[in-house]
Amino acid sequence: MSGADWHADPDGQGVLVTLTGDWSARDGLAGDPGAVDAVVKQAGSGGLRFDGGALGSWDSGLLVFLAGLREAAQAAGIGFDDGGLPVAARRLLALVPLAPPAATPRPGPGPVARLGTAAIGVWSGFLSVNAFTGELVLRLGAMARGRLTMRGRDLLACVKEAGIDALVIVSIVNILVGGILAFVGAIQLRKFGADIYVANLVGIAVVREMAALMTAIVMAGRTGGAYAAHIATMQGNEEIDALRAIGIPVVDYLLFPRIGALCFTMPFLYLYGAAVALFGGFLVAVLMLHLTPGQFMSHVRDAVNFNQVLFGLVKSLTFGAAIALIGCRVGLSAGRSAADVGRAATSAVVIGIVWVIALDAMFAVCANALQF
Amino acid sequence: MTEPSAAKIMATKLSFGYGARTVQDDVSFTVKPGSIFAIMGGSGCGKSTLMKVLIGLLRPQNGTVLVDGEDYWGADETRRTEIGRRFGVVFQSGALWSSMNAAENVALPLRMFTKLDDAAISALVRLKLSLVGLDPAGAMMPADLSGGMRKRAGLARALSLDPEILFLDEPSAGLDPVSAKRFDDLILELRDGFGVTVVMVSHELPSLLEICDDGVFLDAEAHTAIAHGAPRELLESCSHPTVKAFMNRTRLEPADTTKGGPDGKR
Repeated sequence: MSGADWHADPDGQGVLVTLTGDWSARDGLAGDPGAVDAVVKQAGSGGLRFDGGALGSWDSGLLVFLAGLREAAQAAGIGFDDGGLPVAARRLLALVPLAPPAATPRPGPGPVARLGTAAIGVWSGFLSVNAFTGELVLRLGAMARGRLTMRGRDLLACVKEAGIDALVIVSIVNILVGGILAFVGAIQLRKFGADIYVANLVGIAVVREMAALMTAIVMAGRTGGAYAAHIATMQGNEEIDALRAIGIPVVDYLLFPRIGALCFTMPFLYLYGAAVALFGGFLVAVLMLHLTPGQFMSHVRDAVNFNQVLFGLVKSLTFGAAIALIGCRVGLSAGRSAADVGRAATSAVVIGIVWVIALDAMFAVCANALQF
Repeated sequence: MTEPSAAKIMATKLSFGYGARTVQDDVSFTVKPGSIFAIMGGSGCGKSTLMKVLIGLLRPQNGTVLVDGEDYWGADETRRTEIGRRFGVVFQSGALWSSMNAAENVALPLRMFTKLDDAAISALVRLKLSLVGLDPAGAMMPADLSGGMRKRAGLARALSLDPEILFLDEPSAGLDPVSAKRFDDLILELRDGFGVTVVMVSHELPSLLEICDDGVFLDAEAHTAIAHGAPRELLESCSHPTVKAFMNRTRLEPADTTKGGPDGKR
């Protein structure tokens, strides 16, 4: 086996290119642009001819070489006679378009055009959010009239997925948050000899703020992202198109079970999370700060009243609705490739968490204004 | 009997399936070098599963596959990967990597398995794309390509390493008749040009009759190969009722069998 080789011999009618050896693309390509140009120059006004008699085995490496020569010959306006090449190479070469359309670099858009494109993007995003909201409201109307095509089984599956399946992670996060609050609070309160108020601090912080917030962040990460990824994958598989084509309202079939499930489970998860977080605080207070269980319980009872629990419940319901809406909306507006699914999941989580915290801030401001 | 050396692929008494379920049993055939070999049969008879066995995605339950006389499934994984590098596979829907454009899809195998520099790779990629008529579309993302273009891009990717054997899963399914014919012609050109051996799974009659010069017919009822030969010969001379029904696009006569025939519909 010998390597690919070629040599060009100028004669009266142009240049005879003799090809020898085995041409394998994997071993590298023969004929750099400089050499090719030199051959074309040697040919003068004559053409290129070939002698492939001593050619061994060959693959696309030879074709790249020949196509390059042919292109250069065409550019120089000289002939290219492939008669001396193997028939198979000639047939393949015929498949390669003679002058591959040169990629004309189009001038990029100017600053005004870019600004315009961005503005149109923002506007159409705004419109599509409106359309999404409108569709939801219309279907809510249909639901009120009892004309809903949601399947109960889907709702139950979503409730299980967003509720029972989330219990472990909700427990872990909340028990740790309760414990941390107790620790941090105790360090400060001890300075004033007010250790016992750790119970008040944990009670208020958990019930009013942390249980709802932490649970919502966990759910935005696990369920909101999952909704977006699921719906985006369905989008890529044309499943959403199929639903629309058959006339099944996407909102009823895909969105309501998910939104309903999160709205239903979030308040329960909040209550459960608050209880677990209080337990975490209780463990730290009793085992490490040496409060008695009775003291802890009675102080929590003093600090927390029903209104605060109600406040937390309303917040968690709002968070749940926001997370589900964002997850579904991001999924529905995703592109159709595998990378788009990843992007959809990421942005559902990010947007979800940002919105949960923003909503929480709004609740705090409103509660302050109402002196609640 | 053909000598192993005269066979590009020789399958002997192959049984394959999923888990404990055997889809096809005792399937033997020989693919001659430079031929276009058809794996035929109705929907659900195990054609694509057989291709998975041949390209190394599914271990057969029994039997051997010889590639150029070498036991493919008997070899260790490293050796199998080496043999597999001589294969090019075109999947049914192209299976392009969606995060790369068409040209990058073709370039990736070259980057992974050769030591060529960027200029050589881009020259080869351009050649492969122009061979399948896609040179202008190199910068397009798979999501923006039509079904036919995706298949052709998949073919360009399969050709990137100059394979000796080209496996095609339903190459013309989902294409309009003109595109399907163009794709068939392209496969013929590539076979004649590069001398590759082509193994294709298909139940598209026009393609089968036009380009295949050998084949095996799998039957879902019998769970084995019921006919061997070029589709044209089977059309003319095979007497097996299922093959006849398939080739003539008719239903099986009720007297022939109790359960219906190959379902050409999808």
